[in-house]
Amino acid sequence: MSTPRARRTVISTPDTRQADHEAAAQVADAVDARQEHAVDHAAEAPAAVTLDSSRSPGPGYDTAAARVAEAGEAVLEASRGERPRSFDPSDFPVPTGREEVWRFTPLDRLGGLLEDAPSDEDARDVVVQAPDGVHVGVLGRGEGVRGSALVPEDRAAALADAASPTATHVRVPREVELDEPVHVSVVGRAGRRGAGHLVVEAERHSRAVVVVEHTGGGAHADALEVVVGDGAELTVVSLQLWDDDAVHLSQQEARVGRDARYRHIAVTLGGSVVRLSSTARYAGPGGDAEMLGVYFADSGQHLEHRSFADHAEPRCRSDVRYKGALQGETARTVWIGDVLIRAAAQGTETYELNRNLVLTDGARADSVPNLEIETGDIEGAGHASATGRFDDEQLFYLRSRGIPEEVARRLVVRGFFADVVQRIGVPAVTERVMTAIEAELDLAVGPVAGVAAPADAAAEPALAAAPSSAGAPAGGA
Amino acid sequence: MATLEIRDLHVSVETDGEPTEILRGVDLSIESGQTHAIMGPNGSGKSTLAYSIAGHPKYTITGGTVTLDGEDVLAMSVDERARAGLFLAMQYPVEVPGVTVSNFLRTAKTALDGEAPALRHWVKDVRTAMSDLKMDPAFAERNVNEGFSGGEKKRHEILQMELLKPKFAVLDETDSGLDVDALKIVSDGVNRVRAGGDVGVLLITHYTRILRYVRPDVVHVFVAGRVAETGGPELADELEENGYDRFVQAVAAS
Ligand SMILES: Nc1ncnc2c1ncn2[C@@H]1O[C@H](COP(=O)(O)OP(=O)(O)OP(=O)(O)O)[C@@H](O)[C@H]1O
Ligand SMILES: [Mg+2]
Repeated sequence: MSTPRARRTVISTPDTRQADHEAAAQVADAVDARQEHAVDHAAEAPAAVTLDSSRSPGPGYDTAAARVAEAGEAVLEASRGERPRSFDPSDFPVPTGREEVWRFTPLDRLGGLLEDAPSDEDARDVVVQAPDGVHVGVLGRGEGVRGSALVPEDRAAALADAASPTATHVRVPREVELDEPVHVSVVGRAGRRGAGHLVVEAERHSRAVVVVEHTGGGAHADALEVVVGDGAELTVVSLQLWDDDAVHLSQQEARVGRDARYRHIAVTLGGSVVRLSSTARYAGPGGDAEMLGVYFADSGQHLEHRSFADHAEPRCRSDVRYKGALQGETARTVWIGDVLIRAAAQGTETYELNRNLVLTDGARADSVPNLEIETGDIEGAGHASATGRFDDEQLFYLRSRGIPEEVARRLVVRGFFADVVQRIGVPAVTERVMTAIEAELDLAVGPVAGVAAPADAAAEPALAAAPSSAGAPAGGA
Repeated sequence: MATLEIRDLHVSVETDGEPTEILRGVDLSIESGQTHAIMGPNGSGKSTLAYSIAGHPKYTITGGTVTLDGEDVLAMSVDERARAGLFLAMQYPVEVPGVTVSNFLRTAKTALDGEAPALRHWVKDVRTAMSDLKMDPAFAERNVNEGFSGGEKKRHEILQMELLKPKFAVLDETDSGLDVDALKIVSDGVNRVRAGGDVGVLLITHYTRILRYVRPDVVHVFVAGRVAETGGPELADELEENGYDRFVQAVAAS
């Protein structure tokens, strides 16, 4: 399994229909990811339909040539590891929309978040509720761990940092184990422009869950900086439950200590445009990052998630799983899953997965896994990505057993999300997510109770029991 | 006593935008308590008949009728047909990720009965039926058909038949791909349902093997989209001896 020659392998699969064979062929001589590809894609890529980016590079894309891309083409970067990072907004020119970082985002709908203009003092209220033993304070620029894990990677993030002289600081002291989550509420005000910086620090051997909940309106660019100390175990949940007109650009980045365990969970249901980048970098060997995402886009929503696992230390793990559903003509989702295994990251084990379920015509999901491997000495690297329509055969099967259509649809959609939702592992959050998905489904297929037939109403109690799926899906985890 | 009656059924499918007629006037009646075997060569339209009875959207009915005790089955939606008492054990059962067998069975039972089953009895019924079919109880918490072997999928279909108690069950090649032991287990399951009441069974098969365990009252030879001949169990023996040649030639000559 470990190849002595160090080499660089780039896998980028914009089109999941091709992913089966082409992506597999790409890795065939490099890593044992091959098996993973073949199995996963073959088994799970739906026969139905694939809606994917036409502008993203195909497998084997010549990255050198990409830099001299013609005007109108995407301007691609050579390696994810070379993306500029800076606290100075002037290091990031105003984007044109052709940049790798921005090419999926509707720049005209960002509420001025890319303009160098002041933000409003009263744009957002941040309230922290923390159990005893947790330190809550503020950090100026350069104070404490602020800036040690997160450096802005795009113009919006740099402007947000410049507009946030003080950051909210939540620190879980060393060896403190929390029984209940820290709750951070961010409430945005409609029509305002806001910026923010939250630093979550779990000192070594501490254990905590931090839930950050975004509600309300306005346009917000913010940073969530996470430092997970050696041997600590930290779960950060970022809930985007914004009002319909909100815009949210968020860079969320963690530095994962030696033998630490970091879990990041993005749940995005509300907002007009939400663009959330979730990154894990490792500060020592043995770190473990699990990055999960659940999103549900309706008409008019653009929900974009970018995950990045930057492996620069040996024997670390990353496991990325995002699932999304789309309904309504103009619903739009984007998932970019970057994984970089640098030369020093021997023994890395990584897996990433994205699945999109398109419930209605006209919705569009882009799904781009990018896997860069600079060492042959890894434990495993796999990815899977597929976008499919609602599976009519599943629906037929359930209905042929007497289950009414609306109930059957709910079963299938809940089932689609089940494995990722169960991995969240924070019961209060899991419940809220399932309830929120139910509410989205009410929009999609109408509330079950609203269907008059007695059999339908009676079927509800059976559904109330959460589907308990046994066994994790096949993966490199 | 119930009757399922198929009269002059014509069904076509879309292939490359063109409708192709698959069923060309099927006539068949079956009463509760009876078991009819349907045997015919590959591609003769047996599964098409099964799916058409169940209401699969891919198949377009272009003529004829299907009635259950006089009720127009073709006017019913897929789930209404099931609630009227029809059941299809599929040749290729579908995987439903994230939905456990136990949730699925309970939801189906609830939909069929119009109320949730009494929990204690239901759990016991499921357990008994699974153990009769030599299914590991762990299957209850697995996702529907996901990662099941071919034989396990077939047992799962018969498990549903036992628990959902249809008036008429169409078993589409439930015997295919089973080894002798599994075939016996599945046949015993079908026989338990038959013994338990007055279910009518339409048994689609290629092989007479299963007919030694599940004795049919009537055998239909299905060729080129219609019933070419109907007879008693001895017809199956003739097919075993001589194959379908006689019938296929007769159709070609006509
Ligand atoms: N959905 C479909 N689309 C296109 N053609 C179809 C479809 N379903 C059936 N057919 C065609 O109709 C004919 C009958 O198929 P069917 O599956 O009913 O046969 P069968 O008798 O069940 O065969 P087997 O014994 O192999 O199961 C075949 O030629 C098949 O290719
Ligand atoms: Mg068939």
